[in-house]
Order: sequence, then structure tokens, then C-alpha cells
Amino acid sequence: MDAVFNNMDLFWSGFLRSLGICLWGMVGSLILGTFIAACRVSPIPSLRWFGTSWVTLVRNCPLTVVLFFMAFGLPEIGINQSYYVFGVSALVIYTSAFVCEAIRSGINSVSAGQAEAARSIGLTFSQSLTQVVMPQAFRSIVPPLGSVIIAMFKNSAVVGAFGVGGDLWSVYKNLTSAQGYDGLPVITGVAVGYLCITLPAAAFLAYTERKVAIAR
Amino acid sequence: MTAQETAPVSAGRGEPLVVLSGVQKHFGQLHALKDIDLTVTRGEVVVVIGPSGSGKSTLCRTINRLETIDEGTITLDGQPLPAEGKELAALRAEVGMVFQSFNLFAHKTILENVTLGPIKVRGMKKEAAEKKARELLERVGVGHQAEKYPAQLSGGQQQRVAIARALAMEPKVMLFDEPTSALDPEMIKEVLDVMVDLAEQGMTMIVVTHEMGFARTAADRVVFMADGAIVEENTPEEFFTNPSSDRAKDFLGKILKH
Ligand SMILES: Nc1ncnc2c1ncn2[C@@H]1O[C@H](COP(=O)(O)OP(=O)(O)OP(=O)(O)O)[C@@H](O)[C@H]1O
Ligand SMILES: [Mg+2]
Repeated sequence: MDAVFNNMDLFWSGFLRSLGICLWGMVGSLILGTFIAACRVSPIPSLRWFGTSWVTLVRNCPLTVVLFFMAFGLPEIGINQSYYVFGVSALVIYTSAFVCEAIRSGINSVSAGQAEAARSIGLTFSQSLTQVVMPQAFRSIVPPLGSVIIAMFKNSAVVGAFGVGGDLWSVYKNLTSAQGYDGLPVITGVAVGYLCITLPAAAFLAYTERKVAIAR
Repeated sequence: MTAQETAPVSAGRGEPLVVLSGVQKHFGQLHALKDIDLTVTRGEVVVVIGPSGSGKSTLCRTINRLETIDEGTITLDGQPLPAEGKELAALRAEVGMVFQSFNLFAHKTILENVTLGPIKVRGMKKEAAEKKARELLERVGVGHQAEKYPAQLSGGQQQRVAIARALAMEPKVMLFDEPTSALDPEMIKEVLDVMVDLAEQGMTMIVVTHEMGFARTAADRVVFMADGAIVEENTPEEFFTNPSSDRAKDFLGKILKH
């Protein structure tokens, strides 16, 4: 296990980099996913159309295709960014479709009569959503949304493997290919690094699920 | 409530308040509303009656634009219904709606159900809104339930809360879509009593119901619908004892049998 202990600083910075990708991915995909979900349930047909197309398109593309599209497609039309920005953006775009669907199915679990009653007392579309529908949808949104986010944490390794640099995955490549360490101990260290991100996330999810189940 | 308090509501009695003219509505192939002309004047109580699927709910729902219409116009107090956005929300605040299935906000207490609109739509202060809500809840006879959640109340109590929730917005007109159809017989009366009171105080009401007792006591006019069209309109007394159309005779024959 020398490979790990002698390179603790490298692992630590790789861990932080991966954590950063996960957190940016989470924040971004929650915001974008919520926006797309709002489009999908909106009373305006063109927004609904946009939301539906977005989900259909993005959800049915492999993450690697989205990544390559960003990293190699966009520069050809003059949009240049670092691999880090492209990588995180691809993760956000890809995950937003799943976030959207988790939110939308939660919204659909609230009976249509609730939204009609909200509108009939004069609440606007966004007030109905925030005051009446979302608080009730929340309970059914948390479990699937949590799974989506944890899956996204794991997908962040794909973004790493794609060459963002400096993350846990690149630590593996660096130590094994460049410095010649054995693969097994190094990949074990990488696995521990990822578990340090996903296990607390899963615990937090379980806690939140219990919390929203009790709160009426 | 005293006569003085209700004076503003009954002021201008007899002027047209809700006017539908040439209203057409389709659901795909189905012609759900056929060339509907209907004028409801201020202070008037109109009962809409007719067989299942005749378009009664659809008619109600077009008046606060929960359903859009294909042709024709609907005006409230002389103003055409806005298409969408803030203006539409403002219009809906003027039109109270009571649903067959109550639709109280399940995650809010009874008091919060009644104060939500006044606070969020009318911009009322929380204390003022709560004071008014408690008065309304008292008036419909559920004052002591204010801190409970809807699921803890009986159907009849929930429906009376729904009426209070609509009244809290001080609407110009109240729409009721079969408000007692989901209730056990012993609860129907408590809801109808509240509605009769409301009618006596001069509220303009459009009520879809098969409760003939209510129609006879409170209604100024009965509108009979069949297959999406208004077939017959008359005073309750005339309509129930001496219907002129075959459709109405046939329908009354059926509902009077049981
Ligand atoms: N959202 C909808 N989409 C398609 N068809 C609809 C929709 N809403 C109502 N309809 C149809 O329109 C017709 C009129 O329906 P409506 O609910 O207005 O009838 P109703 O007179 O209220 O009947 P009931 O007494 O059963 O409540 C029915 O044939 C119904 O199936
Ligand atoms: Mg109906």
C-alpha cells in the first residue's frame, strides 16, 4: 500500500478535485433540472416543447457522447473552454434531464385538483408551484432525486477519465502509467476516495428521506 | 352577517355580472359546449342541472378559465377574461370556485388554507388575514378546527372550509361544481345551509347541483343543459313542475324516481 501512503498529498488533491466536480455538478444540475422541470409543467406550449425535447435528447445520449460533443464539437464552432469547464458542463447537462424527471414525477404525484384550487384563488403559476405543489411533491421527489445525484457523483469519474486532470482518476493514471506503481493498491485508494464522497451522500439522503417522511 | 355588511355585495343588483355569448368548446372531436349564451346578473343564483357529460363542469370551468374556449366571449363585470399571466390570476381571485372534491391544500392547516390567498394574492398582513379567516370559519361553522389539517376533518367540514377559502378572496361571483356530490347524506345539509345563507346575503352564485331542495329554496333560475347546449331556462318552480322540453322531462323523470 506504499503507493497510497507515499502519495497521500496527491490523493488528497485528487480527492478535492473530484469533490469539486461532484459539487459543481450537483449545484448545476439541480438548478438546470429544476428549470427544465418548470418548463415541462408550464402552461406555455413552447416551453413545454423545449423541456420535453431537452429531456428526450439528453437522456437518450450516453454521457460520453455529451462529453465529446462539448469538448470536440463546441471548439469547432468557436467556443473554447478548459476541459474542466466542458467536463462539468457535460455532467450538468446530462444529469439535468434525470433531475427534471425526478422532479416532474413528484409534481405529477400531487393531484391536479390541488393546482386547480391554487389557481382558482388567484395564485400565479409560480406561486401555485412554490406554495402548493412543490411542498407536497417534495416527499416523493427526495428519494429518486437522491439516487440521481449519487449516480452523478459516480459519473463524475467518467468526466475525470476523459482528461479533466488533477482528479482521483488522473491520480490513478499518473501513479500507474507514469510512475509505474502496481494498479491494485492505487485503484483501491481511488475507490476509497469515491466512497468518501458517495457514502456520506447516501447517509445524508437516508436522513433527509426520514425527515420529509415525518414532516407533514 | 348583518344586512349592512352585505350591502356592497347586493349593490347594483340586476346588472349583468357574468356574460357568456356564443361560447364554443371542443375536446378533440367532442363538442362540449355548443353556442352557449348565458347572462348572470349581480346577486342572482343560477342552478345548472343536466345529465352526466352534458358540459356543466366545463361551463363552470370556462368562467374562471380553468378551461379555455374556442369561440365566443366571456366577460366578468364588463371585462373580457384575460388570456394568461398576472391579469388572469387577478381575474381568478374575483371568481370563487368550490370543487366536488374540496381540494383543500393538504399540507396546510385549515387556517392557512383560508389565509393563503389573502396574504399572497391580496397582500394582506398575516394578522389581519387570520382574523378574517377565523371569522369566516366561524361563519361556516368550523371555527374550532382552525389548527387541524384537512385530512382530519369530515367531508362536510372540508367543503365548508373550501367555501370559506373562496369567500376570503371576496369574490364577485361563486362557482360551485357539484359541491355535495362527494358527501354522505347527513353532511349534505350542513353544506347546503351555508350556501343558502350565502345566497340570502346577496352573493352571485352559479351552482351545478342535482339538489332540488336547494334549487327551489335559493335559486332564481334553473338552467338545464344536455349534450353541451342550454336546452331550457326557467324559474325553479316552473322548471320542476312543468318542464317544456322532452329532454328535461326525461331527465327529471329519472332523477325523481330515486
Ligand atoms: N379534459 C377533458 N378532455 C377531454 N374530454 C373532456 C375533458 N373534460 C370533460 N370532457 C368531456 O366533455 C364532456 C362534458 O364534460 P363535463 O365534465 O363538463 O360534464 P358534466 O355535465 O359536468 O358531467 P358530470 O355530471 O358527470 O360531472 C364529457 O363528455 C366529458 O367526457
Ligand atoms: Mg361535472
